[in-house]
Amino acid sequence: MSWIKNTFSSSIGKKLLMSITGIFLIVFLVVHLTGNLLLLKGDEGVAFNAYAHFMKHNPLIAASEVILFAGFLLHMIDGIMLWVSNRKARPQKYAVPNKSKTRNWVSKLMGPFGMVILVFLILHLYQFFRFKFFVEPPSHIEIDGEKVADLASIVYAQFKDLTWVLFYVVSMGVVGFHLYHGFASAFQTLGLSHSKYNKLINGVGIAYSVIVPLAFALIPILIKVMCICGPGGCTAGH
Amino acid sequence: MKLTLKVWRQKDSKAKGQIESYQLDDVSSHMSFLEMMDVLNEKLISEGKEPVAFDHDCREGICGMCSMYINGQPHGPDSGTTTCQLHMRSFKDGDTIYIEPWRSAAFPVVKDLVVDRSSFERIQQAGGFISVNTSGNTQDANAIPVPKADADKAFDAATCIGCGACVAACKNASAMLFVSAKVSQFALLPQGKIEAKDRVQNMVAQMDKEGFGACTNTGACEAECPKGISLENIARLNREYIAASLTSDEH
Repeated sequence: MSWIKNTFSSSIGKKLLMSITGIFLIVFLVVHLTGNLLLLKGDEGVAFNAYAHFMKHNPLIAASEVILFAGFLLHMIDGIMLWVSNRKARPQKYAVPNKSKTRNWVSKLMGPFGMVILVFLILHLYQFFRFKFFVEPPSHIEIDGEKVADLASIVYAQFKDLTWVLFYVVSMGVVGFHLYHGFASAFQTLGLSHSKYNKLINGVGIAYSVIVPLAFALIPILIKVMCICGPGGCTAGH
Repeated sequence: MKLTLKVWRQKDSKAKGQIESYQLDDVSSHMSFLEMMDVLNEKLISEGKEPVAFDHDCREGICGMCSMYINGQPHGPDSGTTTCQLHMRSFKDGDTIYIEPWRSAAFPVVKDLVVDRSSFERIQQAGGFISVNTSGNTQDANAIPVPKADADKAFDAATCIGCGACVAACKNASAMLFVSAKVSQFALLPQGKIEAKDRVQNMVAQMDKEGFGACTNTGACEAECPKGISLENIARLNREYIAASLTSDEH
């Protein structure tokens, strides 16, 4: 199996891994978004809690969670490895910063944007997992006769705080820019470039990078503005 | 016109090097950039100073020798132009022009603005060729029909002069546009198919060994290439590399 190691340790192989994990994460974001949109259903979080309960008890989802975590980790480690080797390729910088035209301004900032997303992810995962490992959930509900944490109320309470709303909205902006270049770039790295469908890839990429982060950002905004609450009330979690 | 030149001076490959400032008071807008450099060197020689070393050969935009990073752009502000084909009419009176060598770990500075680009030669030697039987009954290349579209694309790729502007422009000092052009010009033609798998794998391995970076698809290389080599070639390089990795018996 040394050919696999040889392939993925080359410069093109490392890019290939960025592309494959990137497309995997792009698909994941859509799944993640559809679940999150249940928060806006206006049913005091019943649908969202049922969805969360289903996710928790499905062995297929549990397995996907491991793959998802691996996907994120590979994308990050590979990205950092590329960043290090790319920096090594130019030990002496230019006195005048490069003025060459690029396809878009984001392409030169994928690493920094990726680092911002990493910070967001760490806080995001802490907020999600703290009630599993560290803190007793403020309220519970009953699903199928089982007492479970009222996750919807936790989310609703979190987004009554304007700071968190702003943090999530700004983070989604950064995710959007990262995707704006990442989407089309992933296809180019896979060698999928042809005048027949390049326009389609670019178009879908732009639409995706605007619509998906915007939909994610709308959730905290609407919760804050429309004062959406769960059965646990708006003070839960604080 | 009057110009202030800020030129990278470095005694040899081991010296540290720094930017030195020079004044030129009588530059004609009809001069080529290299003629302006010649005037600077004549001035330096008459003052008993060491002239600025820079690479040049044909001065017709075809040999790929000239290599100057001018005001933040390889080959200067004009597009589709080598430094030798750049003219002083692209600048105006009173301008300050920074002139630096290509910066890449794989292109070490030999002296002043001269860099060693033999890493490109080694990449070429790793696979940028086809093997042809020359025993006396060599087949006419035109005997094998080639679709017009493929021939055109192969020719476009073959116009790469190996100057290294792509490496100089890339934020990662990546040589992928160069390698992709050299791989594409053969991959598109029937004569190149025979060694296609070995070629792409050997050339990419050599490219990595030389210390060039990877591609972030910024497109800076394509924008600066004096021959307009398209990013489409990098996609083809990736495609060839993936296919070779999956199907080759050798690697």
